[in-house]
Amino acid sequence: MDSPQAAPPGPPDAHPDAPGTPDDRRPAVPQPRVDDEPYLRVDDLRVRFDTADGVVRAVDGVSFTVRRGRTLGIVGESGSGKSVTSLAVLGLHDPRRSTVTGRITVGGRQLVGLPEDRIRRLRGRDVAMIFQDPLSALHPYYTVGRQIAEAYRVHHPRAGRRAARTRAVDMLDRVGIPQPARRYDQYPHEFSGGMRQRAMIAMALVNDPALIIADEPTTALDVTVQAQILDLLADLQAEFHTAIVLITHDLGVVAQVTDDVLVMYAGRVVEQGSATQVLRRAQHPYTWGLLSSVPSLHGDPDADLVPIPGNPPSLIHLPPGCAFHPRCRYAGDRSRAEVPRLVPTGADGHLVACHLPPDERTRLAAGALSERRLP
Amino acid sequence: MARFLVKRLFSATLTLFAVSVLSFLMFFALPRDPVTGMCPKNCNPERLERVRQELGLRDPLISQYAGYMKGIVTGRDLGSAQGGRCDAPCLGWSYVSNEAVSDTIARVLPVTLSIVVPAAVLWLLLGVGLGVVSALRRGTWLDRAAIGFSLAGASLQLYFVGAVLLLVFVYTLRWLPVPSYTPLLDDPVRWASGLVLAWLALAFLFSAIYARLSRAQMLETLSEDFVRTARAKGLSQPTVYGRHALRAAITPVVTIAGLDVGGALGGTVITETTFGLNGMGRTAVDAVRAGDLPTIMATVLIAAVFVVLANVLVDLLYAAIDPRVRLR
Repeated sequence: MDSPQAAPPGPPDAHPDAPGTPDDRRPAVPQPRVDDEPYLRVDDLRVRFDTADGVVRAVDGVSFTVRRGRTLGIVGESGSGKSVTSLAVLGLHDPRRSTVTGRITVGGRQLVGLPEDRIRRLRGRDVAMIFQDPLSALHPYYTVGRQIAEAYRVHHPRAGRRAARTRAVDMLDRVGIPQPARRYDQYPHEFSGGMRQRAMIAMALVNDPALIIADEPTTALDVTVQAQILDLLADLQAEFHTAIVLITHDLGVVAQVTDDVLVMYAGRVVEQGSATQVLRRAQHPYTWGLLSSVPSLHGDPDADLVPIPGNPPSLIHLPPGCAFHPRCRYAGDRSRAEVPRLVPTGADGHLVACHLPPDERTRLAAGALSERRLP
Repeated sequence: MARFLVKRLFSATLTLFAVSVLSFLMFFALPRDPVTGMCPKNCNPERLERVRQELGLRDPLISQYAGYMKGIVTGRDLGSAQGGRCDAPCLGWSYVSNEAVSDTIARVLPVTLSIVVPAAVLWLLLGVGLGVVSALRRGTWLDRAAIGFSLAGASLQLYFVGAVLLLVFVYTLRWLPVPSYTPLLDDPVRWASGLVLAWLALAFLFSAIYARLSRAQMLETLSEDFVRTARAKGLSQPTVYGRHALRAAITPVVTIAGLDVGGALGGTVITETTFGLNGMGRTAVDAVRAGDLPTIMATVLIAAVFVVLANVLVDLLYAAIDPRVRLR
């Protein structure tokens, strides 16, 4: 069952330390190299939680791939399953309270069902995670530097205290924290929000991971700082040739940094494709709704924002058929009865799960998207 | 850090001053006349009055208080009726046992310390250990057993638990001698065997509170983002739970422990009575019953010192645990 599907790019433990050489730092436009084989491959991932109220199907048959050097955006409202998906990639769901099935292949190794101890060695070394709120994600009682050094030493048991400190200070410097040696000994509460997120990124990068999962990395930050953090991530990606999964509900962020986009609703993928396809030629009514509820700098400043009516459904009692149908003004009888499958739209790699006939969908899409411009 | 310490010690001193004034006023200014109680039945008024004069009870309250406080710091002369010279820390002369109060305290304080300190170590280890384990094994039989244990501890009374322990271990199985106090330095084995039942009884009752508190704290901390971060870093479970979760969960436990230990050092009347040990608690109760004002005053003051010191210690521990406290 766990034979790797895709040939790994190298032996699993050969872990290139810093693929970027100093002279290819920051070309005019960062052009990350892209591998042919996806580094992360998720196939038919399902995550269920057994609760007192019933079974929560948080993720229900999600598949996607990410190559090194590429950024995949996962978009959706709260409860759409995006964070649950990312935690599953790190094997962070408690096996006593959840059931994870499907296949997750990281650098050629299948992770689902592996014992905790095997997955643990991958965490932070091959796959690192950046969380939403760096104030609560950093331990309040330990210095920032110590927390970064700790992340380094778990995976480099032979590195001494001094080597780990040097490494952590280097990383703080690399993510643009001034006076890194002094900052090393400060506590998270002595950092500003943006600096804390930089420190979090330094911690994620300290072991040169091939894949970074960033769960709403800019949501808790000021808008001006958001752009800096996204730029920093893009720079580091170009330098270290990292695959990034960026989880966000902010389509502005998606437009800015992602190559591919996955739109999730109620634990399922409703639309998938390149950023251009999903943002400019969206085919799913839910994606149209997301696009219409975001203000735009380029559009008519007086145009009304159109929220999606209603609330996301309960994941215990999903509506029959297309889970989005109660909120969809285009839903027909078939939407109420049959779960739509994810099918190609015709454009390369663009998939959508909707019962609307393709030509009608294209016509509606033109209308829905002409009212609104891209964020 | 030094400034923090100085500030805390200053406010601790103020608190103690207030306690001393209040307890002095309450006991020495109350209408109850200690001299009548001391005197045999056929005392005539002249004799009573002379005793009052000798004890200084006819002096103004302020000078009585000043004399008392001066005695604690430098010692003082109590007059021939009360053993003459009383060295610092002079806590006065007991009307009842006819000895310097400081001698009484020197005899009974080690008993209370010997009961409370080992019991506190035991109840902290047991309580926090149970709480952490049941939080990590939430919903299992182990968790339920720990909750049941702590429910029992919280609802039973010490004299009941003590009586059962005595009945089983002393009078039925005869594994342990009848509880008594032997100074630790004289014979550590007899010291421990004479007190172990008191430790167990106290630890059982107190650990219940600590198990519940640390279970709740631990569960809350385990859902914190920084614990998820620690796991995402690839740290092993013992490191995640010990170094990251427990460290953050322990702070409220430290507060409660400080208050409990500080309070218990002032006297554990019920424990001492149940096991027939003569510590601070029984001394205080006996003094109240006999109207032995200097002894009452001394036990109240010493209990206050323990509570205040425990509070300072808690503040220091807090600062050591949580760096965010240090700046204030």
